[in-house]
Amino acid sequence: MTIQDGVLLSVKGLKKYFPVRRGVFRRIVGWVKAVDDVDLFIPEGETLGLVGESGCGKSTCGRTILRLIEPTAGEILFRSQRLGQVVDIAKVGKNELKLLRREMQIIFQDPYSSLNPRMTVGDIIGEPLIVHQVARGKEKENRVKELLEAVGLKPEHMQRYPHEFSGGQRQRIGIARALALDPQLIICDEPVSALDVSIQAQVLNLLEGLQEEFHLTYLFIAHDLSVVKHISDRVAVMYLGKIVELAETEELFTHPIHPYTEALLSAVPVPDPDYKSERIILQGDVPSPVNPPSGCYFHPRCPYAKPVCSEEPPTFQDYDGKHFAACHFAGELSLRGVKMK
Amino acid sequence: MHDLVTKIIESRLPSTEVFRGLRKHRLALIGAGIILVLIFIAILAPFIAPHDPIEQNLEHRLLPPNAEYPLGTDNLGRCILSRLIHGTSVSLQIGVIVVGIAATTGVTLGLIAGYRGGLVDELIMRIVDVLLAFPGIILALAIAGILGPSLYNVMLALAVVGWTSYARVVRGSVLSVKEKEFVEAARALGAGEARIMFRHILPNVTAPVIVMATLGMAHVILAAAALSFLGLGAQPPTPEWGSMLNDGRAFMRTAPHLTIFPGLAIMVTVLAFNFLGDGLRDVLDPRLKGAAR
Repeated sequence: MTIQDGVLLSVKGLKKYFPVRRGVFRRIVGWVKAVDDVDLFIPEGETLGLVGESGCGKSTCGRTILRLIEPTAGEILFRSQRLGQVVDIAKVGKNELKLLRREMQIIFQDPYSSLNPRMTVGDIIGEPLIVHQVARGKEKENRVKELLEAVGLKPEHMQRYPHEFSGGQRQRIGIARALALDPQLIICDEPVSALDVSIQAQVLNLLEGLQEEFHLTYLFIAHDLSVVKHISDRVAVMYLGKIVELAETEELFTHPIHPYTEALLSAVPVPDPDYKSERIILQGDVPSPVNPPSGCYFHPRCPYAKPVCSEEPPTFQDYDGKHFAACHFAGELSLRGVKMK
Repeated sequence: MHDLVTKIIESRLPSTEVFRGLRKHRLALIGAGIILVLIFIAILAPFIAPHDPIEQNLEHRLLPPNAEYPLGTDNLGRCILSRLIHGTSVSLQIGVIVVGIAATTGVTLGLIAGYRGGLVDELIMRIVDVLLAFPGIILALAIAGILGPSLYNVMLALAVVGWTSYARVVRGSVLSVKEKEFVEAARALGAGEARIMFRHILPNVTAPVIVMATLGMAHVILAAAALSFLGLGAQPPTPEWGSMLNDGRAFMRTAPHLTIFPGLAIMVTVLAFNFLGDGLRDVLDPRLKGAAR
């Protein structure tokens, strides 16, 4: 198991296929390829943004990395501090997995359904401490108070129930719960998509502050490009279960080399009244992941498609060292990005 | 004093909201009041009953209500009021024990079926289907008949018949609650299955169970009375309301008080539980929709 120095998480060939069953005998008639051969890595302390349309497999990818969903195939290499070695999350046993849960956590999209309405805030945030037998009683209470302060809430909120808080405050509670065990990796599954725009900025700033304070590594899943641009060091673009382009944030936004990224970027609103928007409107719908198109999955909607695109699937390869893309013409097309501030 | 008030307001538990909601529901309050009175009567029975409930006095057979015997006497000269008072605890015990066993069994099995799914679910729910396919009271009659006439066998029979509806309702709620993100969050923290089932899912499916259990009390008390009326339940001389009805049957024309008063006792108790159950449903159901938001 090899992993580069300074890299916390390295995913190789990750696949998650869900069976489609029909009929009386629940026969398997096909597979939904929710995550299809995903490669990515995140260096320690960095944020990797993962963007894509609804249903492209972003969330499934995040949950598969945490083994909340069992992967079909692939390697998920993780540099574990507690185990003192690099482990393959996809293959570890039940006991090791429980240990690893202390090092990787998740923040959910919906601040309403992600907190148990029958538990007090203190119990919610303290639960990880109880489950892993880290602290109890007075010690647990102190830790919970500490965490509440770290996320900008008050210690006396411990006794309250989630329904007494606003969406933004609830999201802070969810963040405090994720932080309770001092994890290294946090998967943020669209943590601000359900929030008011004014609250989004607060929560994003909180996440950035916490990253610095606790040296966290984020996999930041989102569909809002401006949010991703703001928080990510590098960005991966996903389409129909595959990563089509991955590069450093500025590089990806200014010089996309995959036509799908170009189309996504053209949809980012520019706050300039003189700017003439030239949106690329993609033809058709996202194809069904049960029966994806031949060759490159994007070819039926790609304005630059050539015959080879419908025949051969492109490989995900490296252009100029840090810029990865899966397109036959990645180096040749001259695509339009957006200006960075 | 002021501190205490703010403390109470700040620690608003969901249960206090239930009480606040119930306060506006007059029938439920009446029901709860009657049940409280019945509980007191059951506990204090030996002190408030004017006579020994099983003492026979053949000189005073079939007396109509009078000063000595406020509700009259039965065919063996026993004080009907005293028998009713002592019968209260019998009926309440039947209700509590049967509903307790049925709800615990049903909730646990429903929880497991809903959470685990697959074969376990199929197995449990098919057993439920089979039991529900029989008319409940007839099945209970058959079970009690096989086990032999006794109050305990009747309770057992009613519990065997009764747990199925709890299992169904709980399984349904579990199916929706287990998809909530807080369950996934618990898994992500490394919480075990038992913890997820009992700490996270169970508290979010109790609302319909409370309503069902309250209404179930009424049903069970009535069913136990019916089985006792048929001679399968409480054996003489136990003062059970259903068997008192049965004893009085032969004297309905000459001494109607033998059947009227036990009948009234059953009716009032059953109505009280129904009122409370309806009220609880009204209070808990809107929260039920919002409970696991």
